[in-house]
Amino acid sequence: METFKTVSGIAIPFPLANVDTDLIVPSRYLKTIKTTGIGEGALYTLRFKEDGSLIKESIFNQPQYKGCSIMLTGPNFGCGSSREHAVWALKEVGFRVLIGTSYADIFASNCYKNGILTITAAEDIVTCLMKEAERGRNFAVNLEEQTIVIENGATFSFDITAARKGYLLQGLDEISLTLKSVDQIKSYQVARGKQLPWQSFG
Amino acid sequence: MSIESNINNPATTLYDKIWQQHIVNVHSSGGYIVYIDQHFIHDVTSPQAFDMLLQRNLPVFSPASTLAVPDHNTPTTARHLPIKDKLSKQQINALKVNAKANGITHFDLDDVRNGIVHVIGPEQGITQPGMTIVCGDSHTSTHGAFGALAFGIGTSEVAHTLATQTLVLHKSKNMRITVTGTLPDHITAKDIALAIIGKIGTGGGTGYVIEYAGDTIRNLSMEGRMTLCNLSIEAGARAGMIAPDEKTFAYLKGRPMAPKAEYWGAAVEYWSSLKSDEGAIFDKEVNLDASEIMPMVTWGTSPEQVIPVTGRIPSLKKITDPIKKDAAIKAFAYMGLEAGQKISDAPLDRIFIGSCTNSRIEDLRAAAKILKGRKISPSLIQAIVVPGSGLVKQQAEDEGLDKIFTEAGFEWREPGCSMCLGMNPDRVGPQERCASTSNRNFEGRQGPGGRTHLLSPAMAAAAAIAGYMVDVREFGE
Ligand code: SF4
Repeated sequence: METFKTVSGIAIPFPLANVDTDLIVPSRYLKTIKTTGIGEGALYTLRFKEDGSLIKESIFNQPQYKGCSIMLTGPNFGCGSSREHAVWALKEVGFRVLIGTSYADIFASNCYKNGILTITAAEDIVTCLMKEAERGRNFAVNLEEQTIVIENGATFSFDITAARKGYLLQGLDEISLTLKSVDQIKSYQVARGKQLPWQSFG
Repeated sequence: MSIESNINNPATTLYDKIWQQHIVNVHSSGGYIVYIDQHFIHDVTSPQAFDMLLQRNLPVFSPASTLAVPDHNTPTTARHLPIKDKLSKQQINALKVNAKANGITHFDLDDVRNGIVHVIGPEQGITQPGMTIVCGDSHTSTHGAFGALAFGIGTSEVAHTLATQTLVLHKSKNMRITVTGTLPDHITAKDIALAIIGKIGTGGGTGYVIEYAGDTIRNLSMEGRMTLCNLSIEAGARAGMIAPDEKTFAYLKGRPMAPKAEYWGAAVEYWSSLKSDEGAIFDKEVNLDASEIMPMVTWGTSPEQVIPVTGRIPSLKKITDPIKKDAAIKAFAYMGLEAGQKISDAPLDRIFIGSCTNSRIEDLRAAAKILKGRKISPSLIQAIVVPGSGLVKQQAEDEGLDKIFTEAGFEWREPGCSMCLGMNPDRVGPQERCASTSNRNFEGRQGPGGRTHLLSPAMAAAAAIAGYMVDVREFGE
């Protein structure tokens, strides 16, 4: 996985609550056997009407946000379906950092496995950042330092688990790391197999 | 209970126990390597995972602990014909090819055991108490009804499970939802689940594993427990679970993959140890009185936007949280409804009985009981019933339920996810209103512009007859 570097630019304010992964990418864009080519469906329902015409007033159709890599989100963003396609789609259209009060568990896990940083912050901070985003201020997100610096100099720090930080910064491959414990996994199977002889461990 | 608070308390929860029993090692990232007993894979979220293995030149670690079932893309009519949609066909084929190449058992479309993966795992006796079970599908929580730790994962994690038969996890917190008292007539597990989501919200369970407890839960059938655990994810929980008991054991006994006679005693003995200890501490407790639960219906585009069928859609004055208010305004517009309106005022276009939430034999019986000798409203465009598996379909036909449905005016379909997700040919058209026994009322979920109201199978049947949503309790039998 590519490593995460400092991300900066304007941020798109999108405070809607409970944005589900069907909204992030509708199921008809899931009919692929690849992880690319899904960007076309990113936030489709928010960008287009049912007849395929553009929703002009949609924030996602405003030219200044094209290619924007930071999104400020409402609570419980990414709920619903476990589809990693939602993350692939967001990544393909350029998002690398999401900032909000909460993220659905599976979605957050999918994000960091694909090099997208989800920053969880307190409600008052997110509200304040939303306002800054609405003003079109520049954001600089520094993962190493764990800070968000706004153009006007205001600085916010954020928490992230050491594990997620490490993965994002170093682009580690989780599968290879786990396979270092392959002997332990095999002996676990043997031991558990003796305890539960009716279950298959192959 | 968090690991810290547990140090001086030897009493542990069901989740703590299963978690503890599956830890293989500490992972260098700081998480735990947790052993996965059973992995289900389906057509949509697995092809890319097999690619990830290929890129690393890795084999499938434990093919015998993996089962492949196509369900999401499955057409529910004319099964014997080739699939028309090229992309759907490609995904279904990819699953077959990957399963074959890796020695993974695969229930193909012409196999009577095929169906929605969360229906057939239990049906085949594969799902068992104490197991860790994962699938690239959020409703994997269904299997928690058997006292298993079961949860949905993304495709990268599907690849991780295929390659290592483990996942790297951090422990979730413990929540207990206790439901006590007698459920009124016609009130089902679906209504309990919707009432819970209405109470704690779709983010209320985020970061938690929920254990459902109390005499109401004990009195639920296994089918009802599956419906309840299925909807745990709609409350944001990682998983939902119910401690196994005699009902669980009776359900499993004699199923194809259940322990054989020689091991049965030992299995039941182990399974009986799987329950929260007296005095175990939960990070959060929620209590519900079953006697107060009403037939529930969603009015919006999130499962937490839910009211009793007798109620009115909330007025904006009642919603104080500004973010929730915005969501409600957006939902009103999408759903074509107004604040304060009675939910029964909205005429319906389609009825869908099916999905991994409500497509088991008990669900079909409940709907058929209401439909018997009646006809669906001529105002409907369509009413379909989609059994969860080939075996459910067979049993329903043996009981004559298919006749009741078709005589009432329903279409009797082949098993699959069908109209739950708008990916296969079964869809709700733009601005059409559908009463659905599925689990998600998100915008566009059942098709672009489609409007979904979630409810129980009996309520869906009653709605089909009336042409709008009605209180099944007044509807009678
Ligand atoms: S029935 Fe619906 S929710 Fe269940 S697995 Fe299929 S698509 Fe997912």
